[in-house]
Amino acid sequence: MYSTTYHRPATVADAVKLLKKADDGKLLAGGQTLIPAMKTRLAAPSDVVDLRHIKELKGIKVSGKNVTIGAGTTHAEVASNEKLMKVCHSMCELASHIGDPHVRHMGTIGGSVANNDPAADYPAAMVALGATIHTNKREIAAEKFFTGLFETALKDDEVVTAVSFTAPAKCGYEKFRNPASRYAMTGVFVAKGKDGVRVAVTGAGDDGVFRSKEIEAALSKKFDASALDGVQVSSRNLMSDIHASAEYRANLVVVMARRATTAANG
Amino acid sequence: MSEVSMVVNGRKVSGSVEDRTLLVHFLRETLGLTGTHVGCDTSQCGACVVHVDGKAVKSCTMLAAQASGSEVVTIEGLADGADLHPVQAAFKQHHGLQCGFCTPGMIMAATDMIARHPEGLDEKTVRDELEGNICRCTGYHNIVQAILAASKEMGKAKKGKAKKAA
Repeated sequence: MYSTTYHRPATVADAVKLLKKADDGKLLAGGQTLIPAMKTRLAAPSDVVDLRHIKELKGIKVSGKNVTIGAGTTHAEVASNEKLMKVCHSMCELASHIGDPHVRHMGTIGGSVANNDPAADYPAAMVALGATIHTNKREIAAEKFFTGLFETALKDDEVVTAVSFTAPAKCGYEKFRNPASRYAMTGVFVAKGKDGVRVAVTGAGDDGVFRSKEIEAALSKKFDASALDGVQVSSRNLMSDIHASAEYRANLVVVMARRATTAANG
Repeated sequence: MSEVSMVVNGRKVSGSVEDRTLLVHFLRETLGLTGTHVGCDTSQCGACVVHVDGKAVKSCTMLAAQASGSEVVTIEGLADGADLHPVQAAFKQHHGLQCGFCTPGMIMAATDMIARHPEGLDEKTVRDELEGNICRCTGYHNIVQAILAASKEMGKAKKGKAKKAA
């Protein structure tokens, strides 16, 4: 790891000040991506601003069907929150399968959405749930927030403070894990809410998370796995790498969507 | 440089470290607690797992500065003098190790896992929970058996205590 300077602010406002002052500063949430990237020297920030001790970023609020999750909430906390489990079980389920137990004790939802790894799980949930990403400056619709591979709409001195969404009547998430890295080779989040059916795919798109119109159309007719029999998804704009071809991933989208729908109806 | 201070295995410690120092290196090199291992350096193997404020984390994926002010428990902090912790005893009895390199992380992960599952553990849960710990010798079978046995043993001990209290 290259040399860096560590900061521990107590408020978001102080974090922003420190970030602005830094030459090439980075926000450090749970650090489960950033620290490994720094160890391999893929990232070399002059300063790291630790968000883990900022109280205003923590906690889950559930009021009726409205859910707000503070950016500093860990995956383990999302996975085990009883109120959230009652209104949106799939979010807990999703969080309980990110990385491993040790990663889930540190990694946060804010860090995950801000990093926008193309194989991360949360972006699919955010887009399918029509979630809103809150920052210290504004609110951004999830679909506009995730702009490409590791790219988001965040400006340099902008900090994700929370995510919010209305729990849909039904939702489910299933992923096919890469056997070695365990990251989603394709993950599909399906949601049936008052705005109809929304389906978002992670791990497969060559530009990050996306909505699958083909799956949405089929599930809008009938929200059942059988509605996806014979449905095909185009392999255009899907990733092709040593793990799977674009065609293989296209098939995985349908298979994961079928499983996610069954889970949602479960 | 950062001044860091924390409680490690019940003992207050402090030191001056470079900000980039990982917690595992602070434990091993500054404090001489070499029971915590670095197995992979890529945050995958879990040989470096310790408890920070009661939660299992990878000490190779956390800066020492991040852990400043926390309570840390390492493998050295488990045994009560000459008496092994029930998880350590179970690993010994069930031969849950061969070369032993991954063992500190396995045991710290196991104690965390058992604490999070007071209702008890089954084999599938143990295997799922070991997602973040890699062993290259045992094939996991005896590790799983050891954790299941320890979980049972600790559950019994807890019930015994509750009975006594009642």
